[in-house]
Amino acid sequence: MPLNIRTYHELTEADRSGLVDQIVAQRRRVAERLAGVRRVVAVLSGKGGVGKSFVTAGLARALARAGRASGVLDADFNGPTAPQLLHLPVTSCTLHDGVIEPLVSAEGVRCFSMGLLLEDGRPLAFRGPQTEGHVWRETLEAATLREFLADVAWGALDELLVDLPPGVQRFQELTELMPAPPAVLAVTIPTPESRDAVRRALRGALDRNATPLGVVENMVGGPFSGSAADDLAAEFGLPVLARIPFHPGDGAWEDLVSKLGRSV
Amino acid sequence: MKFLCVECDRQMQFEERQLPGDGTLAAAFRCPACGRVVGLLTNPMETQLVASLGVKIGGTTLPPQPMETVRGMVATGKEDAFDDGRERGAGSGPIWSLEAQERLARVPGFVRGMVKRIYLDYAKDRGIAEITPAVMDTARSELGLEGM
Repeated sequence: MPLNIRTYHELTEADRSGLVDQIVAQRRRVAERLAGVRRVVAVLSGKGGVGKSFVTAGLARALARAGRASGVLDADFNGPTAPQLLHLPVTSCTLHDGVIEPLVSAEGVRCFSMGLLLEDGRPLAFRGPQTEGHVWRETLEAATLREFLADVAWGALDELLVDLPPGVQRFQELTELMPAPPAVLAVTIPTPESRDAVRRALRGALDRNATPLGVVENMVGGPFSGSAADDLAAEFGLPVLARIPFHPGDGAWEDLVSKLGRSV
Repeated sequence: MKFLCVECDRQMQFEERQLPGDGTLAAAFRCPACGRVVGLLTNPMETQLVASLGVKIGGTTLPPQPMETVRGMVATGKEDAFDDGRERGAGSGPIWSLEAQERLARVPGFVRGMVKRIYLDYAKDRGIAEITPAVMDTARSELGLEGM
């Protein structure tokens, strides 16, 4: 005779753990922190080595020069480069009123990055059981992204650029954490290999109801050849927002700022 | 996660949490009808998974600290990554016994400021005038501060 055991949902008494409530509170904290951000832009490619971080930093600096309040959330926890690319001051992160102040570049770009927290030359490593680390590592990185969104005093921003690592996983985590899907800026180099990787990432972003702003082709005029940006633009019906030369001057970024302002 | 006393057909209530220090987590649940207590024991990987979500079995009475998960879990953080000196509570509130100060000094700098603030908030919340190692042990279990 089997025991008569009720289901989880039939047990309705107050639960002191309130795990669901704790998760809901985490999400609410993210939404509250981003309430002053006009637009969150995820910079993605789905591929490493195309210069996402370089484009993110160049765009953020140009936005700041144009008088727009801009921020960079460096979501590449294992290869953070935003502090160097933005020439951030080397200083400790300060706390006040339960939040952490982002560091601010000389041009006014607010930034937070794992690069500000890690010992020089050391990889990101988490405490925990050493065996089967893959089981919990992704969860911890998602929690890190959540805290970078929720616990940094981003303040009022026109654009918060999220510099994503290669692949689509961090983008999916970002989408799950945010109250609404972010806008997306796709970065590619001219090659067909890059085009194919970016196509997958863009398709994944669209599947998550993200708003694509356009395509940026990086490293144009260098050793790479192809028509990746034009191909992607035609396939997805998007504008090519910029073709960044291998050695760009400020003009390339200012043109991108101008076109980004006109995009959706 | 809920516990049912099948015999009484009553939902069991969270009673207390313990962190023995070997990576396991123990949580006790009591049946409000018959008083029977059962213990939930997680292995280190399960404990880690719960901690990775940034939630605490048994809940918490204190608000979360900024970047609590990052500061509690990153093992390769810079000693001086955070300047906690400007945060409220510095230099005021409950006093620290010598033994508690020594114990706090052994906490890595990356997380020390946050740990100090958690213990201060815990002591203030309960009207505790002096933070001792015993108070730290109790707070650690009550608040689910694995590894702090």
